[in-house]
Amino acid sequence: MLAALRCVIHRDLLLAARRSSDVFTVLLFFVIVVSLFPLGIGPDPALLRTIAPGVIWVAALLASMLALQRMFASDHSDGTLEQMLLGATPLGMTVAAKVFAHWLVSGLPLVLISPVLALQFDFPQELLRVLTLSLALGTPVLSLIGAIGAALTLGLRGGGALLSLLVLPLYVPVLIIGAGSAEAAAAGIGGQPQLLLLGALLVFAGAFAPWAVAVALRISAE
Amino acid sequence: METGTPSLEAIDLHCVRGERRLFSALSFTVRGGELLRIGGPNGSGKTSLLRIACALLEPTRGEVRWAGENVRRLQEEFWRQLVYIGHANAIKDDLTSAENLRVACALAGIRVEPARIGAALARLGLAGCENLPARVLSQGQRRRTALARLALSDGMPLWILDEPFAALDAAAVEYVQNLIAEHLSRGAAVVLTTHLETRITAATTRRIDLGAS
Repeated sequence: MLAALRCVIHRDLLLAARRSSDVFTVLLFFVIVVSLFPLGIGPDPALLRTIAPGVIWVAALLASMLALQRMFASDHSDGTLEQMLLGATPLGMTVAAKVFAHWLVSGLPLVLISPVLALQFDFPQELLRVLTLSLALGTPVLSLIGAIGAALTLGLRGGGALLSLLVLPLYVPVLIIGAGSAEAAAAGIGGQPQLLLLGALLVFAGAFAPWAVAVALRISAE
Repeated sequence: METGTPSLEAIDLHCVRGERRLFSALSFTVRGGELLRIGGPNGSGKTSLLRIACALLEPTRGEVRWAGENVRRLQEEFWRQLVYIGHANAIKDDLTSAENLRVACALAGIRVEPARIGAALARLGLAGCENLPARVLSQGQRRRTALARLALSDGMPLWILDEPFAALDAAAVEYVQNLIAEHLSRGAAVVLTTHLETRITAATTRRIDLGAS
């Protein structure tokens, strides 16, 4: 079973490497959206420092949204999804492997580049750690929740818009807690409670979301 | 040997897709070593029947049993013993034939050494294409790549094949027929749909024609 999961992750990474434009689109989208705010708001360091965590989090949310549609679409259209449904490995495990691979190519780059983007906002350097950590814990939750939406809207015409309507409200708690951690740290009360909450959300979503996705995928195959 | 392979039983299957009744009160049994050929015009429900048989689709009424148990309850236990090759080839354009085949085997839970992957592709006449991306292969070569999995699935007691001969040339049809005949002689069961007159030697060949009544 582990061999199958390793193979799924390896395959998705290989596909992403051979079609790297998809990965760069998401990353560039994130960079551009975040950079628009300092340009639009103007040079007011105090204001920029205040809005930095919120802006970076909202941009990360939109960027991960952008990548969601691709999560199952090509496997659905070429029949690989059928083979996953009929695979020897429980579908929930296969889904977890796919979501992990998806996060590696669409979530992790955002986490890694966020400290650089935060500099545009004159964000205090000692707080970068909290911001990056909150994104590292939060973006996998976004991928997991988004996977449910992606599976539910699979094969629908105009599924993209529906997917956003379905998933964005579910992202709200992650956004509030995630952006809240860096804001709390900036206010000097430490962001640890929020980080712990994000960790709890990640564990919870990691345990249950893949099985919800599996059910949605089975329905889409009927 | 035949007694060792469980049998696939369909009991009183009804299938309604949308408003259309595709088939009703359909029952059949396929035992080890037997070939079941499903015929019928386009749209008569052949693919739906195969999808019901592999538990991808829920029948409107009735059930399919494997070794006496409903396949929708058995799930992975049934799928571990099943090879299903559908209309779609499950081939990724950006992967090579060998990589595509390795992924298909890993998903099915078959462990294979790299040497056997090459041998399986060669068996389907794809020697020399192992390292070409599937993007540059023709429709028939893609189908051959998907079917090469059969050469590595000799341990699976049930094969369900949807139009395996579509897009294949005469030589490839011959290769696949030989694979199926070999598998039947090992005591496994094969269910397939086709429009071709097949020449597969089997102890017992059953036929179902959908949409005939």
